[in-house]
Amino acid sequence: MTLLPDNTNLKLGLVIDLDTCVGCHACVISCKGWNTQNYGAPLSDQNPYGAEPTGTFLNRVHSYEVMPETGTAHLVHFPKSCLHCEDAPCVTVCPTGASYKRTEDGIVLVNESDCIGCGLCAWACPYGAREMDAAEKVMKKCTLCVDRIYNENLPAEDREPACVRTCPAGARHFGDLADSESNVSKLVADRGGVDLMPEQGTKPVNKYLPPRPKDQLDEQIDILSSFLEPIATEPDGFWGWLDRTLGRIDGMNSGDT
Amino acid sequence: MNPAPSVILFTCFSGIGFGLFFFLSLGYGSTGWIAATFFAIAYSLSIGGLLASTFHLGHPERALKAFTQWRSSWLSREGCCAVVTLLVMTILGFGRVIFEVHWYWLGLVGAAMSLATVITTAMIYAQLKSVPRWNLLLTPFLFIGYSAIGGALLVGQIQLTEIFIVATAVIQLGWWTLGDQALAKSGTSLKTATGLGDIANVRAFEAPHTGPNYLTREMVFVIARRHAKLLRFISVILAFGAPVILLNLPFAHFFAAMAIISHIGGVLIARWLFFAEAEHVVGLYYGAR
Repeated sequence: MTLLPDNTNLKLGLVIDLDTCVGCHACVISCKGWNTQNYGAPLSDQNPYGAEPTGTFLNRVHSYEVMPETGTAHLVHFPKSCLHCEDAPCVTVCPTGASYKRTEDGIVLVNESDCIGCGLCAWACPYGAREMDAAEKVMKKCTLCVDRIYNENLPAEDREPACVRTCPAGARHFGDLADSESNVSKLVADRGGVDLMPEQGTKPVNKYLPPRPKDQLDEQIDILSSFLEPIATEPDGFWGWLDRTLGRIDGMNSGDT
Repeated sequence: MNPAPSVILFTCFSGIGFGLFFFLSLGYGSTGWIAATFFAIAYSLSIGGLLASTFHLGHPERALKAFTQWRSSWLSREGCCAVVTLLVMTILGFGRVIFEVHWYWLGLVGAAMSLATVITTAMIYAQLKSVPRWNLLLTPFLFIGYSAIGGALLVGQIQLTEIFIVATAVIQLGWWTLGDQALAKSGTSLKTATGLGDIANVRAFEAPHTGPNYLTREMVFVIARRHAKLLRFISVILAFGAPVILLNLPFAHFFAAMAIISHIGGVLIARWLFFAEAEHVVGLYYGAR
């Protein structure tokens, strides 16, 4: 059913902290690992050891250079996966009903046995969250690890998406964004979480926490050096004579001593 | 967007085929054996185009499922409209060829369904906010225009063809003008895509992978855009200019055939540009446009 639900009971999603992400790509690897071995068709690679390896990933980490008007440029690592939009354009374009948004928790999924591999949903997604698997010829996307978060065979601490579980920096948070008292909602409120491409009207559930302002360098950054004896002294001997002579010639040319 | 031959052939030939069906439904194209030839051409074009589109599918064996989601999906609506049109045209064609009668009311239904099929085809592309160049009110009119020329040209209505050529040329030039500004007007940029625009200028520094991926192959197609201006010129000459000149020469079947071939060549180039020039906003994440 590709009509979107009017409302979902939960809005499960991710909050990604761009201030904390170190760009290690561990979430990319754990995502690929879990989703290759579990729900649906495996995420295949083509020519993995060749000159131009390529493959299906549900999560990719970009890196952007942010250049403020004043101050130094800095690097922001930017993990991107499905945002489980409330107004998901990928769902409504699907001609077969393979794409759907779950009423109970808002997760956007693909029923792979109904997917004809037309690719229109990937075209409709402005974020590039959907990728056609080149081996299985069906559309793959982030499932929010639906086979982990409700899985009672796993220990309680593992019942969260693989990317969140593995992040060594704690930059990824999972929870219900419909509940204003949830940890993720509080994070979004505290840190001014933003939507990606709000003008596209997709109403993404996942939020991104912008980097905190960087520290400004004071003029005096080297506190100890002023207490140290200077190592370099006036040169003497031949080099001292050369230095003074060159200094005089330089002084004559430029007009100062 | 990647200009895949399957979708170019599909939109081009099924467009002309349903354009021809539109005019056959209105009573053009005689009866009997002559009508049989016209209906056969329309069937070959439309069904050939639709078959070409199935080469774009990963699992064409499941294609029947695509008729189920007409309530939300323009692609599903397109499939449904195409099948209904082909069925109506079969009955209408039967009357025209066997009984040598034109059933007027059924013809009107056929014309409306042919038009609906072309509009739904265009809406598959026009609905996508993620591709600002396509997401224009003019896009359905562009598709209708090309279909109308193709249909009128094939049934030999020279005056109608010329009117449609002038109208479509205006629409096409307007569509290119609006399309060139569409990405900037959409408001989507790397700043909004990353949410970092409030802080500073943003530049793509490193892509997630060293190699290409499905997204870059399918949606970040930038090859040959630098030749776009020349190709636009060639397509205008072939699709509009040459047919008008050929149709104004003293009538000969050879000139008419040349006009049709030239027009189809022009439409194929214009349709190639339709895809190749279209910028998907996901390209912004990769530092492309």
